[in-house]
Amino acid sequence: MAQKLPRKDVAIIGLGWTGSILAHELTEEGLDVIAIERGPWRDTPTDFPTTYDQDELRYRIRHDLFLRPEQLTFTFRNKMNEQALPIRSWGAFMPMNGVGGGGVHWNAETWRFLPSDFVLKTHLTQRYGANFLPADMTIQDFGVSYDELEPHYDRFEYLCGTSGAAGNLKGKIIDGGNPFEGPRSRPYPNPPQAQPFSHTLFAKAARELGYKPFPQPSGNMSQAYVNPLGVRLGPCTYCGFCEWFGCGNYSKASPQTTLLPVLVRKANFSYRANSEVTRINVDGSGKRATGVTFVDASGEEWEQPADLVILAAFTVFNVQLLLLSGIGKPYDPVANQGVIGRNFTHQTISDAIGFFDKDKFNFNPFIASGSIGMCIDEFNGDNFDHGPLGFVGGGYMGQVQTSGRPIQNTKVPPGTPRWGAKWKSAVRDNYLSTVIPGTGVHGSFYAYRDVYLDLDPLYRDRFGRPLMRMTIDFHDNELKQNAFLTDKFADIIKAMGAHEVVKQMRKGPYDITDYQTTHLCGGAIMGTDPSTSALNRYLQSWDVPNLFVMGASAFPQNAGYNPTGTVAALAYWSAEAIRMQYLKNPGPLVHV
Amino acid sequence: MSERRARRIAGRVLVALLLGFGVAATGRAQNNPSGTSLDPQNFGQVERGRYLTIAGDCASCHTVPGGQPFAGGRSIETPFGVVVAPNITPDRETGIGAWSDALFVSALRRGKGFRGELLYPAMPYPYYTKVTERDALDIRAYLNTVKPVRNPVVTNKLPFPFDVREEMTGWNTLYFKEGEFKPDDTKSAEWNRGAYLVEGLGHCGACHTPKTKLGGDDLTRAFQGFALQGWFAPNITNDNQRGLGGWSVADIVAYLKNGHNAFSAATGIMAEEISLSSSHMTDADLKAIATYLKDLPNQTNSRPAPVSASDPAMAAGSAMYADECSACHGADGKGVPYLFPALAASANVRSTDPTSLIRVLLEGARSVATAGEPTSPGMPSFAWKLSDDEAAAVLTYIRNAWGSSASAIDARQVGEERASMARNDR
Repeated sequence: MAQKLPRKDVAIIGLGWTGSILAHELTEEGLDVIAIERGPWRDTPTDFPTTYDQDELRYRIRHDLFLRPEQLTFTFRNKMNEQALPIRSWGAFMPMNGVGGGGVHWNAETWRFLPSDFVLKTHLTQRYGANFLPADMTIQDFGVSYDELEPHYDRFEYLCGTSGAAGNLKGKIIDGGNPFEGPRSRPYPNPPQAQPFSHTLFAKAARELGYKPFPQPSGNMSQAYVNPLGVRLGPCTYCGFCEWFGCGNYSKASPQTTLLPVLVRKANFSYRANSEVTRINVDGSGKRATGVTFVDASGEEWEQPADLVILAAFTVFNVQLLLLSGIGKPYDPVANQGVIGRNFTHQTISDAIGFFDKDKFNFNPFIASGSIGMCIDEFNGDNFDHGPLGFVGGGYMGQVQTSGRPIQNTKVPPGTPRWGAKWKSAVRDNYLSTVIPGTGVHGSFYAYRDVYLDLDPLYRDRFGRPLMRMTIDFHDNELKQNAFLTDKFADIIKAMGAHEVVKQMRKGPYDITDYQTTHLCGGAIMGTDPSTSALNRYLQSWDVPNLFVMGASAFPQNAGYNPTGTVAALAYWSAEAIRMQYLKNPGPLVHV
Repeated sequence: MSERRARRIAGRVLVALLLGFGVAATGRAQNNPSGTSLDPQNFGQVERGRYLTIAGDCASCHTVPGGQPFAGGRSIETPFGVVVAPNITPDRETGIGAWSDALFVSALRRGKGFRGELLYPAMPYPYYTKVTERDALDIRAYLNTVKPVRNPVVTNKLPFPFDVREEMTGWNTLYFKEGEFKPDDTKSAEWNRGAYLVEGLGHCGACHTPKTKLGGDDLTRAFQGFALQGWFAPNITNDNQRGLGGWSVADIVAYLKNGHNAFSAATGIMAEEISLSSSHMTDADLKAIATYLKDLPNQTNSRPAPVSASDPAMAAGSAMYADECSACHGADGKGVPYLFPALAASANVRSTDPTSLIRVLLEGARSVATAGEPTSPGMPSFAWKLSDDEAAAVLTYIRNAWGSSASAIDARQVGEERASMARNDR
């Protein structure tokens, strides 16, 4: 029997980027807010200090910052007719745990989606006709436009001190930036990060091939920055330990370095760490959330009553909590009905590795940051004509090599023995003269009827709750897209002067053991039609109006960019709707 | 008082202590516990008192962090043992509710307790004596309004012979000069306000003025820095090498207000002072304090010759600095303004007493968070990573790089600080 706590105005599930943003916005409104976080409290000097945060074995190989599967995991299968099995060691993606969430370990690649990405179904249908899309593709419009989100992208970038070069300032195309981006109301708050040699060489080669390269927008600081809340970040030292690591130098935008110092000073904010929410409670009508139930590290169960519930966990856990709480109709792929679990997506990434003459090229790959890089956007979204190509979607590509970390960066030319003296010698010969972009091709992953999330019928967690089951595979459209993009990318690496280029195309079936990105999206998507979306355009549950669901789980499909910028913009957009509309008149913000 | 005379008296007091002769307290008062006669509705007085209570940083000792305001119980470590701050809420039995206003003023300004007993100077009455009668009564008026808390506190936990309060008579003869602050008419009103706050209510000298063996202020070296409770409270005179000479009035104001300025950040005991006291003071008062501090004299002693760049410790220290320190503090030692302290041209780094320097390196440090500077950046611990020799070398390097010069740090000093940390004896 849960012990009941005093009522709060707002209960937030998860204290990562979106939880922190919503906590800040709603405490500004004077509301009494509690955030409940499954993982531990985390802070820079104590949890990822410079004295040991650059530990590749501990963080990258042994996953130190991440959720331990023995605490909570999910099951995986490629096809609906297969038996799903539980994931016991993370591979394709890394579920975060603890205060700061993914904001602690991200690379800080801070992109905006293209204007057409928000109206994808409408746009592609108009340009190519409805029959151009694969029959089982279930893409949708977001229900919110780029122009509506622009001020919220801007807020997040200024919160973070994003370093970048504008390519479209109020409709004026600016040299050196991304000419394909939507119009931005003002420049980035910081100039781009400095680019190392290989990244600069990529840009030169791309320019010579007729493309318009630009620096990747980075949440790692090109210079010292103080954000609008008065919180300070230091200049990035280009140590190359960003993704999978916390930043000990206060140089990477994270909740810890932008929001939490202000949030923890507020009398109307509190949090519980090491406390896992097990259920969103609803009243007898099923249309009103009454709060949440959580279990603390001592195994005690607590009920936290609240007038407003913000679900701000990671994609998969958002969907799981909705299903376990009986909120919204579960998605059924056979009947093609229901919404919770629908349109689950990931990212379609690949790479092309370039081997260069070691006597002519010394790239010093250890000079890096999580989001340096020179990119091109000619093959993203619908920036190019798909008519003759027979697929839709695309992605940015670039030399975005984010580290020279020794365990991972031991690429050797094909034909080299896999161990022994010759292997060692090849590693030594190639370490400084190899370009390993990592997620060099960062492609979209559109939605399909048979890629979805539901509750596993067999496997259960420590509370006896069914695990989340993911059914996911690549479809031909994505594999074609990736083959086309990887060829284009390899051409640029070749033009840089590589004597050998190894293409690592994305192949099916979807491999749960191979790290791709942590950009799991969908499952509780936003939209305009309650029969095909879980949330309205303000991220408000269609079924339970005092529940708002943050995060990439709201994406109807994933675009060819890293999702965090859009996740945060949507959080600010939703927070504004709560502040300006919902609190004045609590109830559904959209009537259909 | 001449140094010789002071030593002679000190000798006599010591003899008295060792022989166990308590000197009888004089003027034992027959008190009438009639309580206060101040008007609780005198808003102006209560409000002035609230501000003065903040300026005097009373909560620092009289409130246990996170506990009931002013209910006492916080241990104050002195070189002689532990004194526990009493309950100063208006509770009649365990607080000061039964005290008359005159008794309160007497405690504050003369170090006398409820029954006329002598207080220990952990209660900074040698400074508070400069507080005006009016300000003292205003503070009382405010304390009358806080919530009465029943919390009996045994204040005296000193070992024999220091637990004999009467001994303080001799101490007072040596170190206590009763009397309200006398303005210097040749100085500005701002300077005089600053002097009043620094010398009196703010009791800055309690930490920053070197102490004699008996714990009294060595006024020949006023505000030149002193090590206590495991920290070195730095030199706050206008000395160019080891004091505030390199800081402008605005730099000092920013530091006291926000805990950070372009050069430095507060941690340790000063972080608490800023958090509880100076960050809540008016800019005018902070400017007055800075103006007065900037007028405290330079020292004339010459700077030591720098440790030679060819010294092996300097070479090792330089290499370790590049690897371990430069990412935040910069290859040029200039740090990042308001975020990472500058080590170049830093009085703290060059300090004659390296206690804080060694401690911060070994233990790490968290800078204070204030409304003006909420970031609160911290430095991690290097205790597990650097040996005594390595720590000594890197500290010797930063004390003698970028134009600084200061004595080399010895591995033994690091070892002693490490042992002290292990004993947790501060």
